[in-house]
Amino acid sequence: MQKYSLNMLLVVFAIGLLFAAHFRIIDGYIQIVVMTIGINIMMSTSLNLVNGNMGEFTCGHAAFMCVGAYISSILSVFCFGTKFGDPLLPAASVVIVFPIIVLIGGAAAAVSSLLVSIPSFKTRDDYLAIISIAVNYMIISAIENMDFVGGSRGFQGMKDTVWAMVDIFDGPWMLFWVINFTVFSVWVIRRFISSTYGKGVNAICQDEVAAEIMSVNTNKIKIINFMVAAGLAGCAGGLYAHIIGYVNPQSFNILKSTEALVMVYLGGMGSLSGAIISAIIFTGLLEVLRSQAIIDGLLSPITFMFPDWEPSAGVIKWVIIPLLLIIVMQFRSEGIMGNRELGDVFPKLKKFYRFK
Amino acid sequence: MMAQTQIQTESTPVLEVRGLTQRFGGLKALKDFNVTLMPGELCGLIGPNGAGKTTVFNLVSGFYQPTEGQILVDGNPTAGLRPHKVTALGVARTFQNIRLWNDMTVLDNIRVAQHNQLGYGFFHAIARSKRYQAREEQVTKEAEELLDVFDLKRYAEELPKNLPYGTQRKLEIARALSSHPKLLLLDEPAAGLNSADAKDLIRLIRWIHDTFDVTIWMIEHHMDVMMELATQIKVIDFGETIADGNPEQIRNHPTVITAYLGDDNI
Repeated sequence: MQKYSLNMLLVVFAIGLLFAAHFRIIDGYIQIVVMTIGINIMMSTSLNLVNGNMGEFTCGHAAFMCVGAYISSILSVFCFGTKFGDPLLPAASVVIVFPIIVLIGGAAAAVSSLLVSIPSFKTRDDYLAIISIAVNYMIISAIENMDFVGGSRGFQGMKDTVWAMVDIFDGPWMLFWVINFTVFSVWVIRRFISSTYGKGVNAICQDEVAAEIMSVNTNKIKIINFMVAAGLAGCAGGLYAHIIGYVNPQSFNILKSTEALVMVYLGGMGSLSGAIISAIIFTGLLEVLRSQAIIDGLLSPITFMFPDWEPSAGVIKWVIIPLLLIIVMQFRSEGIMGNRELGDVFPKLKKFYRFK
Repeated sequence: MMAQTQIQTESTPVLEVRGLTQRFGGLKALKDFNVTLMPGELCGLIGPNGAGKTTVFNLVSGFYQPTEGQILVDGNPTAGLRPHKVTALGVARTFQNIRLWNDMTVLDNIRVAQHNQLGYGFFHAIARSKRYQAREEQVTKEAEELLDVFDLKRYAEELPKNLPYGTQRKLEIARALSSHPKLLLLDEPAAGLNSADAKDLIRLIRWIHDTFDVTIWMIEHHMDVMMELATQIKVIDFGETIADGNPEQIRNHPTVITAYLGDDNI
């Protein structure tokens, strides 16, 4: 019971969500928000692997998302789109091929992570942060200068793939894939870091010299850790591209990387459940504060005093969220969860689930 | 004496160092250092501060690459090998200032030290394959046994940073032994211990030497610890070997006395 409770809960939740989406109980907007939460969970948990568990500081995580998004988009258009000529594959195979396309995008992102992981052999902390920003810029400008994928105008045509899926069965396909991939990525990360093999990553974080001398092949572990993180970010990118149906290099710039960083630090370094919780809170907050009514309500005491001032939600949102960050960092600098997991904070929960 | 010659003819030395020299820029930290350790020996390395003792250990454990000279571990040259490969050849060490992984449990500290003997990779870990389960079970079992014989089992789920200093020292030695070394390098194991703890440590090191099939080489400033344990002591000063012999010879060696206490004609 304890062994399966979490899986059962997840399955019930996923099926409920899919049913609700299929029968239009939740509308398209809510679905997009849920999918964004899923993608942000993938981004924050995977970045947490590098910044939290390995203790390196990288802030170019969106670069890998970008690689994943472009590679899977191009493959998707080749296989099912009409942009580059006739589709290579029959539309009926889309349900099997689509996850493979996303995984290939992830694999490409994993390979591109070598750009950061090889310098990380000799560099740490701030210096690695600079390198990761440089890699972020490099990848974006490389794509901006590739004309066959549209350059800075962006790239589209991935919706053909989504429509091919809808032709087979009219349902919320992207929601289905996002749920699957989110669970998949959390599962991969959890299994990796809870094995003795993956604990080498923590050893590097806590004392790299001791790790190197006490039998951990630090270079190899760093490469693997970066590859897993970048690979999952690449999968997130592939899904993102197919949800929006359009990708632009500038949507993966340093701002997107910062968003992932914020989620990791908000949740607590090295805490997987923290990264998940903060991804949900952060994405939710971004959406909630879009509403002009809520902003007006929040600011009513001030607008009462200064009746001439008419704050717009789009602007004020970016004052409130950074302000919240400042407050969290000031009064709880270890983040929501610290470096603990949910089971450590609420020991009683451990009786009800086992997460392996 | 008879027994010793017999050992020497039978087996290869655990550690053979020939003409080891290390330069840091213009500074010659170590000059023409030689040592041969046979299996089962318990040797010492002493010298005043800054003499280059830890440099020797850093070279032997592969953390530095020597400028000149050769290091053979169990007959295998370690030139160009990264530290974890040297560990795989059978060298384990402790550090002058304790370097445990402080945010991992005591049990994990012991387990991770077997990292290069895990025998499974990333995909085995993800799939929780048969090999993963078998190896993980064995590694855990070995770690628990090791904690048991070191009398640390009750701390298995504690974090090392919450343990008393002496226990941390003990844990670091246990961690080093968990990688199944042939040669154990102890860098000032008695540093910071009071005399009662130091006595325990002497007993512990002697017990390790008797129980585990391991050669021990240690740096120590506590002369009583060294005199009690070591059968052979090397003394270095300013990177040069100034004396070599058994504790009694070292105690009365004029150059050693000069190096430690200074010349009397000031």
